[in-house]
Amino acid sequence: MNPSSMIDNTSLVLLLAFSVSVLGLFVFIWSMSNGFFNTKESGSHIIFAKDEIGLVEDPAASQTDHLLQEAAGPTDAHLTAEDLKDRQIADDSSAIPAFVCFLAAMCWLIIGSAAAIVSSIKLHNPDWLVDSAWMTFGRLRTIHLNSVIYGWASMAGIGVSLWLIPRLLKTPLVGAKFVYWGAMIWHVALMCGVTAIGLGYTDGMEWLEMPWQIDIFIVIGGALMGVPLFLTLANRKVEHLYVSVWYIGAALIWFPILFFIANIPYLHSGVQGAAMNWWYGHNALGLWFTPIGIGAAYYFIPKVLGRPIYSYNLSLLGFWCLAFFYSQVGGHHLIGGPLPTWMVTLSIVQSVMMVIPVFAVAVNHHMTVNGNIKAVIHSPTLRFVVLGAMLYTAASIQGSLEALRSVNVITHFTHYTVAHAHLGMYGFFTMVMFGSIYFIMPRIVGWEWPHPWMISAHFWLVSVGFAIYFIGLSIGGWLQGVAMLDAAKPFMDSVAVTIPYLKARSVGGSLMVIGHVIFVVHFFLISLRYGSKKEPARLIPKVNIPFIKDAKVAAKELKRG
Amino acid sequence: MAGHIDEKKLVTGALVIIAIATLALVILPYVQLKHIKAPDALKPYTDIQAKGRQVYMSLGCVYCHSQQPRDAKFAPADEKRGWGRASTAADYAYDQVHLLGTMRTGPDLLNIGARQPSQDWHLGHLYQPRAYMPGSIMPAFPFLFIERKGPAKPGDVVVNLPPDYAKPGTTIVATTDAVNLVEYLKSLDRTYPIKKTIAESLSVDKAANDKAAAETKNE
Repeated sequence: MNPSSMIDNTSLVLLLAFSVSVLGLFVFIWSMSNGFFNTKESGSHIIFAKDEIGLVEDPAASQTDHLLQEAAGPTDAHLTAEDLKDRQIADDSSAIPAFVCFLAAMCWLIIGSAAAIVSSIKLHNPDWLVDSAWMTFGRLRTIHLNSVIYGWASMAGIGVSLWLIPRLLKTPLVGAKFVYWGAMIWHVALMCGVTAIGLGYTDGMEWLEMPWQIDIFIVIGGALMGVPLFLTLANRKVEHLYVSVWYIGAALIWFPILFFIANIPYLHSGVQGAAMNWWYGHNALGLWFTPIGIGAAYYFIPKVLGRPIYSYNLSLLGFWCLAFFYSQVGGHHLIGGPLPTWMVTLSIVQSVMMVIPVFAVAVNHHMTVNGNIKAVIHSPTLRFVVLGAMLYTAASIQGSLEALRSVNVITHFTHYTVAHAHLGMYGFFTMVMFGSIYFIMPRIVGWEWPHPWMISAHFWLVSVGFAIYFIGLSIGGWLQGVAMLDAAKPFMDSVAVTIPYLKARSVGGSLMVIGHVIFVVHFFLISLRYGSKKEPARLIPKVNIPFIKDAKVAAKELKRG
Repeated sequence: MAGHIDEKKLVTGALVIIAIATLALVILPYVQLKHIKAPDALKPYTDIQAKGRQVYMSLGCVYCHSQQPRDAKFAPADEKRGWGRASTAADYAYDQVHLLGTMRTGPDLLNIGARQPSQDWHLGHLYQPRAYMPGSIMPAFPFLFIERKGPAKPGDVVVNLPPDYAKPGTTIVATTDAVNLVEYLKSLDRTYPIKKTIAESLSVDKAANDKAAAETKNE
């Protein structure tokens, strides 16, 4: 390929790339829809047992589940002894692998949060803790990012995925031992990676700092943890793959490929390295965390409410649109930079196109919850997951806007982008993970959450804390960007204007950290089966309707057998 | 189980999607950019500068400093602040790992060497940024320096702090890392003129030729 002709024909290349991509999408959806939409809306019923629709399920709400059922509406739905047994077998098969992942995630949540709050304070107290190199802002901030991304978020995401697979495929998890090895390798590699960053060994690119020698083990660990998905798929008992399986399955395929290509040493250089860097950076969000988060929301929202998803076909269409558009948005991190214009423009176009899958998800989640909003009060799982789903919509629309050149010229290079990144990774993904873990843990340990007040405290601390964080930093970042664009003002004005907002971020961040500590303590309490056991964590609400008797008998039989 | 058609669709679909994205954002830029040669005026990093660049990376300077002034037509303030003309791909020909950055908590540094060529200033600023830039939120890097009681030894690179910040009886000596880092910062100078695109460089050449031809004619 002749470089001069390519540069000269920038607009032609862009037009071609865009036409090919849109055409490709249509061909793609058409080929996928062959037999794909035949499942009709009944595909959304697959996560329920035969007569279960109408019955709420939230093991975290065991003391308020009668209220939850009231909020969701009266029902004569029921589970048979056979249904309960199947579900018990599915949950038992994934219990230990998921628990191993959650345990690691909790450690990294604490490490990542500690590094975060210290980094945040350093930005307005620059002479604090400056005596050792590992405590300098540039390293601590990077320790924070790697801990929360590869430790907390990835481990929580894999744990939730592994736990969901047997339920979605109605097949016990096959290959749990791959998870033990994978999680161990990943965890140890990450500890080495974070230590290396603290010592100053870095590959130098954002999101890809860990030395490549260590990355090899992350790839191996990640691939091993993905194996049970495919083994279980091979043995599945359901006819149809529920939409969450598409999201989670694709994510588990995508991540090892992304991480591997991005970390090949000495291959990427100069501005091409920058293009690759953000191909990776944004795909880690778009093709790894986002599909896992949405996949979990597509399970927990309908499952807690006992109500199938509003439009199942829309959810599947949304999946392929998301995959297609999201995977090409990385170039919007380099608007105004020294990269080929066609590439940046392609990414801007696809960023705007993202509104399609985002609306598909938003409409679906909203319409499913619609009319049952009271249920959010009584279900801890739903409270976190619905908040996360709402913030997903917000983060995505904000992202599309930020990719526009007129907005980007202000927000690029400012704290506004940092706030946006946290809206996605925290407001959306982390909230969904919190909710999911509240649902799952009682099923893993067969024990109720000891203190419902701790769940409430966690929710309000992180919600209020994050609101302060996000609103403060967005305003500060915007003012910073406006000041920076005004050449009549000295650069230092763009620094000074952010200080009150950076302090607000530290305040909000502190509340979030306190919330995390409460969450992690509660996690250890339930893991140790602390407190008085009320009843086995229920699959069914304690509502005085006829089926409950059968179910109790069934539960007893299960215990004996 | 219906031959597991859904699984095949899932795996194929996922692979096609990631292949398209990789083609657009990794392979095509690679093909297009690998031909780009360094401008004559840009010299490869010396050994010391390269070591300084490693220090820059290891301390995470990139998280607060970009190295990519934007086009004057897009964001005019960048050039007006003296950060330099819009950079081009060729300016980074010797950068094995890119340090374009995504934040400007501090100013853009692509041309800091041209703006601020003084070693004294850089060393002192790393030791205590607020001694030179009141209100700065850059961290101090005291661990890059040695505080020595009494006078300097032969071979010491002494940091000359402003009088308000100097401690009597103590000499601040830069470590090799600090000196290397400053050598790298001083090397950051892409102020040489550059042909932005081949199309533009052709039209510039054409204009120059026409001018030359006209001058010849006038003679």
